[in-house]
Amino acid sequence: MTTVASTRPARRPAPVRTARGRSPRSDRRAGLLLSTPFLVVYLLFLAGPLLMGIVLSFFNTTTVKDGLGDWVGVSNYTKVLRDPLFWDAMWHSVLFTLITTPLLVVLALLFAILASRVRRGRVFYRLAFFAPYVVPSSVVALIFLWMYTPEVGLFPKLFGAVGLPVPDFIGSTSGGWTAVILMTLWWTFGFNFVLYTAAIQDVPPDVYEAAAIDGASPWQQIRLITVPLLRPTTGLVLILQILASLKVFDQIYLLLGGGPAQSTRPVIEYIYDTGFTSYRGGYGAAATMVYFVIIVAISTAWYALRRRSATPAAPRTAA
Amino acid sequence: MSSITSIIRPRPGGTRGSSAAPTVNGAQLFNRLCAVCLTLFALIWLVPFAWALITSLRPDGSITAKPTSPFAGGWSLHAYAYAWDTYPIGSWYLNSLVIGVLAVVFTVAFCSMAGFALAFLRFPGRNAVLALVTAGLMLPTEALILPQFIEYRSLHLLGTYWALVLPSVAAPVSVFIFQAFFKGIPVPLIEAARIDGASWWRVYWTICMPICRPAVSTVSILTFINSWNAFLWPLLVLNQTTSQTIPVGLASLVNNSNIQYAEVMASSVLGFLPLIAVFLVFQRRIVQGVATTGIK
Repeated sequence: MTTVASTRPARRPAPVRTARGRSPRSDRRAGLLLSTPFLVVYLLFLAGPLLMGIVLSFFNTTTVKDGLGDWVGVSNYTKVLRDPLFWDAMWHSVLFTLITTPLLVVLALLFAILASRVRRGRVFYRLAFFAPYVVPSSVVALIFLWMYTPEVGLFPKLFGAVGLPVPDFIGSTSGGWTAVILMTLWWTFGFNFVLYTAAIQDVPPDVYEAAAIDGASPWQQIRLITVPLLRPTTGLVLILQILASLKVFDQIYLLLGGGPAQSTRPVIEYIYDTGFTSYRGGYGAAATMVYFVIIVAISTAWYALRRRSATPAAPRTAA
Repeated sequence: MSSITSIIRPRPGGTRGSSAAPTVNGAQLFNRLCAVCLTLFALIWLVPFAWALITSLRPDGSITAKPTSPFAGGWSLHAYAYAWDTYPIGSWYLNSLVIGVLAVVFTVAFCSMAGFALAFLRFPGRNAVLALVTAGLMLPTEALILPQFIEYRSLHLLGTYWALVLPSVAAPVSVFIFQAFFKGIPVPLIEAARIDGASWWRVYWTICMPICRPAVSTVSILTFINSWNAFLWPLLVLNQTTSQTIPVGLASLVNNSNIQYAEVMASSVLGFLPLIAVFLVFQRRIVQGVATTGIK
């Protein structure tokens, strides 16, 4: 304990001083050379598309031909903002986020807490809950489509056996949402589960021991220790889930194709349709930018909130 | 935060030994209940896998005749032979593999070098690089498919493996993982090597990379899985060619009007088995990787 405490403060400022003191030219050259490959790829293929999108959104580019087309100013934007189909698609993405986020966060927390109380079989639980996450979306869709098939699928049989009315999983809007949400739950739940299990393992066990000695029941321990200590993780899981859910495309596209009658089409599919089915590249780019601004605004707000809440809390937890 | 300290604080004062004995039994009972609940849910979670596997091994006639009695009609591997012969699954595998390996090699090389530079070196533009990487973490690349597509077309990269490799190489997350690992290396070790006359390149390659093997494997596995599972981008980019990856190839079976359940399920099993194998071998690394990238 003491050695760790004594070496750490001495080690931290070291790289700054040595790097400045000795042969700065070789440092500078090596630093530039080593970061150049990544920087080139980053600027070309990550920052590039962003700038390209901004430029495109002011032209009436078509996706079928090379070249920008004519300058149209902000008319793409005004059209996007006035298009009810865009706002429908936006609403579908938001609706999906509103339904899946609480389910995926609460279930993951619940199962992670259960798993923390079970000593054996960690690998088995991990396999069962996390393995679906590494399976490609199209394979998941194939399996679930088979299970949703009317008359012969597993889900209609199951709903029938319990006495629930069997929804038309593929042909109706509400059935479609049920189908997509059940599949998403199965497919992505493991990611949040792993984040929570990792965070629970970081809670020092003597906190629980102390609570047990004080006579706290398991339920009290969970409610008064685990859940409050996991608050930072919950914040993280929440924002990652919101951002991931707002990007929904694969599941809805594969299961329903956005149908019936575009009633489940998410915003990414709207962009895909305008850009690659109607070939309106400039218009699609404008829709991309509107959507992009919304996503960036949400994550920026979250970073700002976290920074503000982290700064006053940090000294308190350290002391 | 204040609620936690108030819970922890009463520890030294509260010594109620009498109530300890019954709570131990209660706690044990509670833990057993947890185990039962969890196992039940884990088994439910395995049902889709099992169902796909069972269906793939049944003859088509018995599936539609007796859908929920999986043991009627006997077993056969016919669907696998049929799926393998009907669809170019072999070349889909090969495409996915080549793209995945290229993505891993370039991502590890480029991102580890950048991470090394950010961790140990002061150079002009360091702060700019750091700012770009941080901003890149928030950039939702999935939203940018349309301009991305037009850019790749003007660079004549559509239909090539590079179109699928390059986006995953530009991964700020990987740079951060490497930078975090490199920061854990004791500075005296690097100073000693520099005094002995080792170039920065040698320090990176012969000292730091071997130490950071866990970071290398974490980034490799996550990059490989992401690249293997990518759907929308390969769907767009490989539109022009016959060469497709496993997920896009299998997706063409989704809305197939010719419904032969055993055959479709055999293809899905072929689609998920390699990944489950990878997962079983590397599960500890994968889980660690997700935990570190998530929590940072």
